Parts: sequence; C-alpha cells; structure tokens
Amino acid sequence: MAPEGTGRPARWFAAFGTWDVLVIVVLALVVVASSVLVEGFASARFWGFLLLDIVPIALIALPMTLIVITGEIDLSVASVLGLSSAVLGQLWVTGLPLPLVLLLVVLLGAVLGAVNGLFIAGFGLPSLAVTIGTLALYRGLAYVVLGDRAVADFPIGWTSNSIEVLPGTTVPWVVLPLALLAVGFGVVLHYTPIGRGLYAMGNNDQAATFSGIAVARTKFWLYVVTGAVAALAGVFWTMRYASARADNGSGLELSVVAAVLLGGVSIFGGRGSLVGVLAGVLLLMTLRNALQLADVPADTLTVVTGALLIISVVGPNLFGMLRDRTRRRRSAVSPVAGAPGA
Amino acid sequence: MTVIRSRAVRLGATVATLAALVLSAGCASDDEGAAPGDTAAGGGSTIKEGLSVAFLPKQVNNPYFTVSDNGGKAAVEEFKGEYKEVGPSEATASSQVSYLNTLTQQGSDVIVVSANDPNAICGAVNQARQGGAKVVTFDSDTNKDCRDLFVNQVTGQGIAENQVKLISDAIGGQGKVAILSATANATNQNAWIELMKTELKKPEYSKIELVTTVYGDDKDDKSFQETQGLLSSHPDLKGIISPTTVGVAAAARYLSGSQYKGKVALTGLGTPNQMRDFVKNGTVKSFALWNPADLGYLAAYAGAALASGMITGKEGDKFTAGKLGEYTVAADGVLVLGPPTVFDAANIDQFDF
Repeated sequence: MAPEGTGRPARWFAAFGTWDVLVIVVLALVVVASSVLVEGFASARFWGFLLLDIVPIALIALPMTLIVITGEIDLSVASVLGLSSAVLGQLWVTGLPLPLVLLLVVLLGAVLGAVNGLFIAGFGLPSLAVTIGTLALYRGLAYVVLGDRAVADFPIGWTSNSIEVLPGTTVPWVVLPLALLAVGFGVVLHYTPIGRGLYAMGNNDQAATFSGIAVARTKFWLYVVTGAVAALAGVFWTMRYASARADNGSGLELSVVAAVLLGGVSIFGGRGSLVGVLAGVLLLMTLRNALQLADVPADTLTVVTGALLIISVVGPNLFGMLRDRTRRRRSAVSPVAGAPGA
Repeated sequence: MTVIRSRAVRLGATVATLAALVLSAGCASDDEGAAPGDTAAGGGSTIKEGLSVAFLPKQVNNPYFTVSDNGGKAAVEEFKGEYKEVGPSEATASSQVSYLNTLTQQGSDVIVVSANDPNAICGAVNQARQGGAKVVTFDSDTNKDCRDLFVNQVTGQGIAENQVKLISDAIGGQGKVAILSATANATNQNAWIELMKTELKKPEYSKIELVTTVYGDDKDDKSFQETQGLLSSHPDLKGIISPTTVGVAAAARYLSGSQYKGKVALTGLGTPNQMRDFVKNGTVKSFALWNPADLGYLAAYAGAALASGMITGKEGDKFTAGKLGEYTVAADGVLVLGPPTVFDAANIDQFDF
C-alpha cells in the first residue's frame, strides 16, 4: 500500500485517484465475500429487503450530498422525517383525503427546511449549530403533535403498495422514483452551472461570491429541497411501517451523513460525487444487513458504522495527501488544507 | 490523460460491481434456508427436535429481556432445539423489522418477539409466517391477526389492581401520585395505565389523585431525569408508579439519593436484583413482577408446540409447557402466564433474577 516514490505506485494512484472508485471496489468485495460466507446473502429476497431499507437513507442522501459539498450540513433531516410522519398521522385522523395530506406534508417539509435555510443562509449562522437545534426542536414538535399515540389505520392499499415489488422481481417499485431523483440530482450537480457553483462555494465562499454566485440564495433553496425530500422519506417510512409515530426515523441522520462521507464527499466541502454517495449508501447498508444475517450483535453493528464514519473522514484526506506526494506535484490549492467554511 | 484513465477505471469498477450484484442475485436459489415442512395441525403429540427458535426482544441489553430470553433458552435446550437471541440496541419498531426480515431469510421455525409497535412489524411478521415460521409474541403484542399466539405475563387487570393497591398501601390511601412509563407507544404500558385510571375510580381509592404520566423511554438516564422533573414540578407528590423495569430502577436511584427518600413512595414492576438495595435501604416498600424467565420459557414452548403441530393457536388448545405444566389457549390466541408476584423486604432474598 505504501507509495515507493515514483513509477508503478504513482500510476496506481493516478488511476485510482478518486475515493469513490475505491468505495465501489470495496462494495464489490463485500458483495462477493458475503455471497460466499453468509448463508442467505446471495438471494433475491435479501436484495428486496435491503433495497427497502436503503430507500429512505438514499433519498435523503441526495440533497445532503449537495449541502455537504457546499461545506454545510443538515442534521435535522431525521427529525423532519419524524415530524412529517406525525403530522401525516394527525391530518389523516382528522379525516382529510390522503393525497391532500401527502401534499401538505411535503410542503411542511419544505417549510421546515426553509427555517433552517433562513438561519443559515439568511443570518449566516453555522449550519452545525442550527441543525442540531432544529434536530431537537422538530423531534420535540413531533411529540407535541402525536404525543404517545401511533396512527396506524391507513388504507391497506397505500401501506401494502409502498412495499410492492416490480412484477417478476423482488425489487421494490419505489426504487424507480428514487433512481429518477438520483439522476436528476446527479445531472444538476455534475452537468450544470448550479452544480459547479456548489463546488465553488465549498472550496471558497468568498471567491464564489466575487465570481457572481448567489451563495446565500443557493444555500437557502438547498435546505428547502432537503426538507421536502426528508418529508417525502417520512411519507414512505410511514407507509412502509404502516405506523405514523413521533419517533419514526430517530437516528437516521447519522446513517445519512455516514453514507455521504463514506461516498467520498469531503466534510470540508468542495469535493465529492453523487455516484460515490450512492455507492456509499449501498456499502453501508449491505455491510450492515450482511452482518445482521451473519448474526452479528446490534452493538457490533453500531461499532462498524462508527468505524466506517471515521475511516471515511480520515480516508479521503489521507488518500489525497498520499496521491499528491506520489505525483510530486504542488498544486496551488491543496485539498487537504481547506479550512472548513462554516 | 489521467482523466480518461480514471474515468475508464471508474466505469470498469462500476461494471464489475454490477456484474457481482447480478451474479449474486443470479445464484439466488429459491430454497432460502431450510424451509420447515408444513406439519398438519394436530399431527404431532410431542415437540420436534432441532427446531430453530429465535428470540427478538424490544431491545438487547435490557436486563428484563435478558432474563426472559434466558428462560426461553432453557426451554429450547429442554426440547433440543437451536436457540438464538437477536435484536436492536434501540427500542424502535423499524429496527425490529430488519431483524424479522433477517430471520425470515434464515428460515427460522419459531420467532418469539416482543413488539415495539403493534402495527409497524405486522408486515414483516406476515412475511416471516409466509416463509414458514410460527410467530409468538410475548410481553407486548402485535395486532392479533398477524401473530400465531400471544403469551401475556398477566392480565392487564391483574397488573392495574396490584400496582394501585401497592401504591395505596405505601402512601396511606391518600395523596397525589404520578406514573413513570416506558415509551409513549408501548402497547402494554398504555393498556395498564388506562386500567389503573379505571381502578383509581373505585371508592377505596377516592383520595388518591393521578396528576400526570411521564415517559422515560425505557432509557435509564431519561427515566432518571423525568423522575427529577416530576418532583420539581409536583413538590407535593406522594407516590410514583413505574410499571417498567428500567423506569422503576432509575426512579429508585434518584429517590434514594435525594431529600425525597422515604417521603415519596415508589412502586412498580422491577426485578429483585435491581431493586434489592432500594428495598433494604427503605426507598421502596414493595414492588411486583411476574417471573420473566417463566414468560420466555412459556413462549418458547408455545412456539415449539405450534411448529410441531401440537396446537394451532385456536381457543381451547391445550399443551404442556415443561415444568410450568399445562396451559390452555384463551380467546384471541392469548396465553396467560399467571398472577404477578409481590416482592418486599421479607421475601426478596428468595429470588435471584
């Protein structure tokens, strides 16, 4: 693994210059190893269950990727999911038609995101502090709305359809809209001026401002979109588990952030790709479910997630340093020395 | 140059991964684990050997469930099955679903589960049953149409009568009391609290007023803080009922280290090992519980009887649960373990769980 100056290792690093490729390779290794070692892993049913577990995390990871690339973070997403779920249940109990309820809930998510955006982009407060605050606030509101109750009398058509599979496969149909959204976010991030602006902000807020990018406005709308998507995840969550509860999705923000960082998005902003993040989500969840299938206790799973998070924060930076060293090329801007924007 | 190459590598890696995924899904054989054969109901008179029995508590590392699962383990060893315990570290409904999915894939014969939410795990339970598993709930039930049997520790009525009587004795029949519960959605907790409210309406308890119910989420620190909060917001509180093992221990710990020790009574459902010191130092006069080990033991036997075709779970079905003797299935596929045991300074040392 250690570089030996120039020659072969240098070429190796040049080829594997991106962390997301490494994540994809590791994912492939995990899949192959688990297929051999874990009984029941190589089954269509396993992938069906896995994809259902992945949907809410992958969904929220899409806008989260964009936010982290701008050098910010949103830790309130799981609480937005919970509050959306609670409100969905409460509105359904009051007798509104379900399609209208879903629309209102997604709007609510956008409003919750706008509150985050207002504090962060509008008042220039650090996103970490603001979203830790709204993490607690929104979860608290969820309990205010639904209290100690669980709403579960949703129409069976909605709840069973949410986990319905595509004909002839074990793939849940909800993967299709998720894939469409992923393509949409990927295109915006990698093929539009907006996306390039996000990277620019993540690398240097001020420089981005001087080159004419509307930093505050872009960030505000990112938070709005994230809120709406988190609410959408809340709708799916409620239907999948057929139960609207105030504690739905507790702790999910950690899985999302872990997947995003594992996918090679730099916590300092300015670097990362959506393909890498999707690979990161898959890697995290495949590993977790495979270990669960191998009867590894829950505490160990938590340890694995934590370790992966640390690796994904340290890894890309170490990787970048090694690569720069082997290339022997002093670039003007070192990606490692980037001070956090927030 | 490097851009092209790294893009090519990326493409290659992606293709390789996809290929691996397709291969792994391709080898997916349809015989997922050893699917248990459908035994005709009533076909068996003895428990089959080698049944795989999985216990899925609300959360692992919860002392109450550890004891009850170990009771299940003892039963499984008696009828020569394979025992295992799996479960989430957080008591949430969704986390149990992924464990149920895992057990479905592993082709468990019997799943014994305590539900964090009566509805949220139903879909997963039904998938497990379609996969050939028999599902027994214990301690906290799901909707009755998605499991085969529910092993109830006592009737809710029995708990409510017992808890209200214990707190009434401890506070001399009058004063303000509060309840410290587990999670806000715990099926059993909420049912008992409702029954306690009804019980308190009886004339002999007319001088007792229930002021509030707070939730410690079965977390030690939160239960501790909630107890603290209760006493600061209701300084004239006379007693606390905490019908959850985590809550009652946390409340006892707070009381025994505060000025309220001996002034504010506490009762609830706790294990003798947790509560021994607090009974001996005068913080708690008496508390109650069923024997959780017996609960797990009975649930394991009930599941095994189902999987062996000795019973189907309909009302009136009879089977023998090892050392506990004969049990009869009541209406709605419910089995009742028996009345709760009251522990106090006189008898607490006879128990070790």
